[in-house]
Amino acid sequence: MSKLIMVGVDGSEPGVRAAELAAEEANANGAKLSIVYVIEWSPYSFNTPEENEQRHKRREEEIDAANTMILKPLVEKLSTTGIEVEGLVFHGHPAKTLNSVANENHASRIFIGRTGGSGISQLLFGSVAGNLVQTAKVPVTVVP
Amino acid sequence: MKTQISKKLFVILSIAFTLSLSALPVHSQSEERTLSAAQEWVKGIEVPGLGYRSWVTGIQPPVEEEVEEAKGIDAFVDKIMTPINAVIYNAVFFSVPFFGSDLKLVVAWLVVGAVFCTIYFGLVNFRGFLQALRLVRGDYSNPNDHGEVSHFQALATALSGTVGVGNIGAVPVLIVLGGPGAVFWMIVAGFLGMSSKFCECTLGVKYRNENPDGSVSGGPMYSLKKGLAELGKPGLGKILAIFFSITVVFGCLGGGNMFQANQAYVQFVNITGGADSFLAGKGWLFGLVFAILVGVVIVGGIKSIAKVTEKVVPFMAILYLIGALIVLFINMDRIPAAVGAIFANAFTPGGVTGGFVGVLILGFQRAAFSNEAGIGSAAIAHSAVRTKEPVTEGLVSLLEPFIDTVVICTITALVILTTVYGDPSIAHLSGVGLTSEAMMRTVAWFPTPLSIAVVLFAFSTMISWSYYGLKGWTYCFGESKAADISFKLIFCLFVIIGCSIPLASVLDFSDAMIFAMAIPNILGIYFLAPLVKKEMKSYFARVKSGEIVNYRKLNASKN
Repeated sequence: MSKLIMVGVDGSEPGVRAAELAAEEANANGAKLSIVYVIEWSPYSFNTPEENEQRHKRREEEIDAANTMILKPLVEKLSTTGIEVEGLVFHGHPAKTLNSVANENHASRIFIGRTGGSGISQLLFGSVAGNLVQTAKVPVTVVP
Repeated sequence: MKTQISKKLFVILSIAFTLSLSALPVHSQSEERTLSAAQEWVKGIEVPGLGYRSWVTGIQPPVEEEVEEAKGIDAFVDKIMTPINAVIYNAVFFSVPFFGSDLKLVVAWLVVGAVFCTIYFGLVNFRGFLQALRLVRGDYSNPNDHGEVSHFQALATALSGTVGVGNIGAVPVLIVLGGPGAVFWMIVAGFLGMSSKFCECTLGVKYRNENPDGSVSGGPMYSLKKGLAELGKPGLGKILAIFFSITVVFGCLGGGNMFQANQAYVQFVNITGGADSFLAGKGWLFGLVFAILVGVVIVGGIKSIAKVTEKVVPFMAILYLIGALIVLFINMDRIPAAVGAIFANAFTPGGVTGGFVGVLILGFQRAAFSNEAGIGSAAIAHSAVRTKEPVTEGLVSLLEPFIDTVVICTITALVILTTVYGDPSIAHLSGVGLTSEAMMRTVAWFPTPLSIAVVLFAFSTMISWSYYGLKGWTYCFGESKAADISFKLIFCLFVIIGCSIPLASVLDFSDAMIFAMAIPNILGIYFLAPLVKKEMKSYFARVKSGEIVNYRKLNASKN
């Protein structure tokens, strides 16, 4: 089984830097790179009936948007370095999902960006990186 | 929830007159009138012409208050509606004497359907209960399906349409009319309703339409049409489906809309100072604002308001339960006596009209109106879940009557029984007012959050019912933008009407429509139950064999 390095991205600059650093690392170790985008989603939210009805359609749209706007450009860019790159989209709790995807695919390392923005978004994203550091079973590299 | 519509009306009215009481000097004369109304209420006298509200509740609304407002358009509409209503209302709520009590056939129809389902599906209400909890917890959710509607979300959405004012306001009335023993039969009927809910929701998912754009439409109209066609009865299926759609549209506009809006208005006036409120007597203004709020959510698709409500409502429900539990905790010493009374009076009620049978019927009615099992409404909400196994959604839905009736209604009942029950000084109170008084005696400021909860419950129930009505409407007129928008605008218009003119005849009509939904729905259950049973057996067999993966166990074993 070939080595796998995983990077969690969120469409932010630090995410891109994390992906680039992860690509370098993969290149150096001859590992495969998985770029993972997690769409924040909880099975325990409260929705209107109409939202429920549209949910399947929205989900496809969300996955589509994540693929075309964030993952595809990254995958294309990093493929040029000669490594094997794949982009994956999941719904769920960001840190938990990154963790479980890493476990399932036996990733040897996880890279993640830390947004230096202000306010709530930083708080939220900061907690993803922080959470991941706390719970991951493999080394985590946090990229500012 | 919507079911209690009828009661809500009376609740509203009773609150209105409670309010008028609180405006002391001005209305001092009305007290006499009120007292006599209360006496009739306690005796459970049925007043001819008051229809559904009076028989559900036995309470005569203080008619005088309405008469003053009944002029102009109001009177005109009433004039048109009354004859139509007389026919339809009497047909739906046809009652027969039954061991000295009046038995509404539609209630018997619901109860017999529920008993049938309980027996036919081998006590699925008990056997499937733990599996339902596991499903809601997500044990069987494939991680690859994350992002779709979860079982929890479907349950929460359906519950927001079911749990509501009736859980707070109608239970006290049940106790006043039927004594503590009626609570016992309400709980029994709650358990039975779990089985009919299981069947109708399984059918809803099994026969829903998956539209080309990826959205879904489901509900009894689709299961009747497609299911009966499969059985070689396409004609009957189509007729029943159309019948259901029409009843759901009217039921939605009345019980799911006007009644709720009206209830919200009365409660809002209550919070903002009663008769002194700046909104007192300005129902149309409140209605307009409320209609705009509803409109931006359902027409404008402004999800933030819906989001807020959908988040606040469960919170309020939990808050209500916590409040009730605090009251129970403080009065803990009286709980054994209350529980004892519930059991003792179930079989030997003292002084209740109709004796044992009378109490049984009252309890069953309350449960049927509260959890809507057999009505078919929740099946529309549950159909949105994208599961490969329709049975899973049925199992999850059986938690609804449990939470609604067996848990929430029972807790309200205990609150009443441990506080104000038997106290003659509260004879002038009813509905929400009684629950409010019961809580206030223990914690003085509880009534305010209670009123806020009622307004929010009304709003979320309207959002849910607007969807049910819309599905009936688009079933009749086809799925198109125009059909969609036209219904939603009509819905908003009815919000204003509901707040400004309380039309007893229109509400009676829509109540009749809601219960008429049970006629085709339960017929469909009888026809299609064998299919559901087959699926259910296969599902449980596959769960046992491990063919259906329990992801929680799987993950636990991995680690």
